[in-house]
Amino acid sequence: MAKIFAVTLILIAIGSAIPIVAHIWEPAPDISTHGAVIDEQLSETMVEAGLSFLAAQFVLAIFVWMFSNRPENAKIGHFPGGATAMVLAGFLLVGTEVLALGIFGTKAWASVYFTPPAADAMPIQVQAGQFAFYFRYPGPDGKFGPLHPNLINEANENFFGLDQTNDQDSKDDIVTAEMAVPVNREIHLLMHSKDLSHSFYVPELRIHQDFVPGLDLSLHFTATKIGKYEIVCTQLCGLGHYNMRAYLYVYSQQDFDDWLKKEAALQ
Amino acid sequence: MHDMSTHALHHHAPPTGFIRKYIFSLDHKVIGKQYYGLGLVAVFTGMALSWLMRLHLGWTNLAIPGLHLLSSTGAPGNVMTPEYYLQLMTMHATIMVFFVLTVAPFAAFGNFFLPIQVGAEDMPFPHINMMSFWVTFVAFCVLISSFFLGDGPALSGWTGYAPLSAVGSVAGPGQGLGQVLWAASLAIFCVGQLLGSLNFIPTTLDLRAKGMSLARLPLNVWGWFITSCMALTAFAVLMPACILLILDHVAGTSFFVPSNLVINDQLQPHSGGSTLLWQHLFWFFGHPEVYIAIVPGMGIVSHVLIANMRRPLLSYKVIIGCMFSIAFLSYMVYGHHMFVSGMNPFSALVFSFPTLIITIPATIIVLIWIGSLYGSRLRINSASLFALGFISMFVAGGVSGFFLAQPSIDIVLHATYFVVGHFHLVMAVAAIFGIFAGTYFWFPKMFGRMMNETLGKIHFWLTFVGAYCIFMPFHYLGLAGNIRRYQAFSGYMEPLIPVHRFITVAALITGAAQFIFLYNLVHSRFWGKVAPENPWECTSLEWTVPSPPPFDNFGGRHPVVYHDPYQYGVQTESGADFIMQDSPETAKPA
Repeated sequence: MAKIFAVTLILIAIGSAIPIVAHIWEPAPDISTHGAVIDEQLSETMVEAGLSFLAAQFVLAIFVWMFSNRPENAKIGHFPGGATAMVLAGFLLVGTEVLALGIFGTKAWASVYFTPPAADAMPIQVQAGQFAFYFRYPGPDGKFGPLHPNLINEANENFFGLDQTNDQDSKDDIVTAEMAVPVNREIHLLMHSKDLSHSFYVPELRIHQDFVPGLDLSLHFTATKIGKYEIVCTQLCGLGHYNMRAYLYVYSQQDFDDWLKKEAALQ
Repeated sequence: MHDMSTHALHHHAPPTGFIRKYIFSLDHKVIGKQYYGLGLVAVFTGMALSWLMRLHLGWTNLAIPGLHLLSSTGAPGNVMTPEYYLQLMTMHATIMVFFVLTVAPFAAFGNFFLPIQVGAEDMPFPHINMMSFWVTFVAFCVLISSFFLGDGPALSGWTGYAPLSAVGSVAGPGQGLGQVLWAASLAIFCVGQLLGSLNFIPTTLDLRAKGMSLARLPLNVWGWFITSCMALTAFAVLMPACILLILDHVAGTSFFVPSNLVINDQLQPHSGGSTLLWQHLFWFFGHPEVYIAIVPGMGIVSHVLIANMRRPLLSYKVIIGCMFSIAFLSYMVYGHHMFVSGMNPFSALVFSFPTLIITIPATIIVLIWIGSLYGSRLRINSASLFALGFISMFVAGGVSGFFLAQPSIDIVLHATYFVVGHFHLVMAVAAIFGIFAGTYFWFPKMFGRMMNETLGKIHFWLTFVGAYCIFMPFHYLGLAGNIRRYQAFSGYMEPLIPVHRFITVAALITGAAQFIFLYNLVHSRFWGKVAPENPWECTSLEWTVPSPPPFDNFGGRHPVVYHDPYQYGVQTESGADFIMQDSPETAKPA
């Protein structure tokens, strides 16, 4: 039975590694300017975690094979180095590995959170609410009008609570149900929640940020590949959480301009 | 002659009457068995809920026979609604984390064996101990009642994030009464566990028999002691958090809800609260909680493994030091659940470092277990198989923590199935394996009969292979971007549905295998082979008393301890390879 355990464990370990090594299921290809650092971090961690996993399972299996079914009076052996070796291995191998991961990982994190948006980044506002995302572009005046939560009315499609009659800056704001950005243009995403906690995740863009009711948060990113991508809510927000998504279109500058004109006409 | 170490405990008379013996018992052993029974009911309930979830995830429009009887609004025509999926999910997780993983390894085995292993007649406060079980039982009943009252259970997950959990039924079904019952149940549960810790700690510190120094305590006693200390501090934070949440529901407060929220076109009557405050309070409790779930298992696995390796671990002190380090660090890492929550991004780095550092003591413990196998005389039985399986599962689940500990990688993996795979393997499955190891090992002592070894081994193989088949694929789903807490998958997640179906089939088979364990438990309890006093040739004090022990454990005698609990692989006069802790014999020189 010990030998069966050992063999089974080795097969499970190898079997678990195969889909990883064969790249069967992977994050979607990165289309951001900051994602390469994250992806590199992910690959390095995969190698280290994978090797640790395989090594531990293999040694466990081998020792179970070797040291079971021994005679009752077999001499008890001692692992060379004993506990000291294990403590040293823990601190040196794992300690340096995790510190390295941690230190190098700060670079990837900093590239997202500690660099301010460019001065000419295009601002787009996103509002999350049960169970949809809505987006607002500032229009030709480049300014967002104020929000009045008491004016929010889904039936009249006043999703943001704009007072386009009285607020000058709101008059040319463009509210859309889908998000579009020009390729290779930095975007300053201004986030707020209408009601509860939600989250904004675009896997290909390598950005992921919760909406916090009561807080105005922001991110910035640059999309480098034209295409249609999904924005999904990842913070449980009620029964429609599974269906709360919007689409992000990365267009050429010309196509984006055409899209924005079309949306403006629909206001 | 009465010695000083036991004078603190009154010598109580044997219980009389059915109620005192079996219902409102003061005997720690009965209380331990009551907790075990509660854990058993909870785990099968939680498992049934997981089956319902997995069936729905594989086949979203499946009519599950009889489901409408559980809830006609939640499953009209037996097809689960999206909200009911979330409600079942919330209950699955809440039941499992609290009423299985905290109850079984800690309260159940701890209550039964802690006093005996330190050489005491009972815990110092038997009435408080009895209350701790019954309060926990009431908490369970309050939680389960939410299935049948109002519009069903809460749907906000076991993490109950505000404002979803705080604004009431306007946010969705179950968020009214169901959420209040959830919070009330947890608050009551906290009281129960605090009462339990108030017994565990003085038992360990003050009721040890003569000669039972701290350095001679079995490793699982250290596990329970460290867990009790964590429980005191962690549950003491969850309880007020739940009370504040209830107040937001019933008293018009806004601890967790800011102003200007609009739900269903209505401005909500709240202002001044903080969404993130709930997360800080919850996770300050929540992270130590996951170590409360696993540290007893580490202690039990150490104890079971040593007895079955016929040799001590490479170092007793290092294991204890590591368990202490893990407990200490567990208070510093909680923000790793909040990397993308909107808290200051700098704090993500601050939480990330201790999260990575906590890998070190966890790794050292695993290395010591594995290194101790070297040169041992390993015995393979159901208990040792589950102990070895614990190590495998803990490693498998632990390595995915390397990813999640780094904020930049969390950007990709947060709220995906990668997280769900991580915590199921490292906490749920590993802890369950620890419970199984403890059960197979200690059942003879608790009930005076042996469990069936063949059934035990079949149970092990199906569970070991099955658990890997269920939870390894969760990591692949997460890497592919499969978001968690979704009741159905569309868009880029649709191609992953076949993986979900594979997992569902694995979950059903693995779940079915648990009925082999249940049958074995029940059948052995009444018809198992009569157990000798020390079937495993183990050294600790529980094996010096009859199986099962009398009401006062040691039959009026006061054990005297001469050795640490790990005198294995020694040469003795009698030819045995071990010396009991209470034996004056010393090992022959080699």
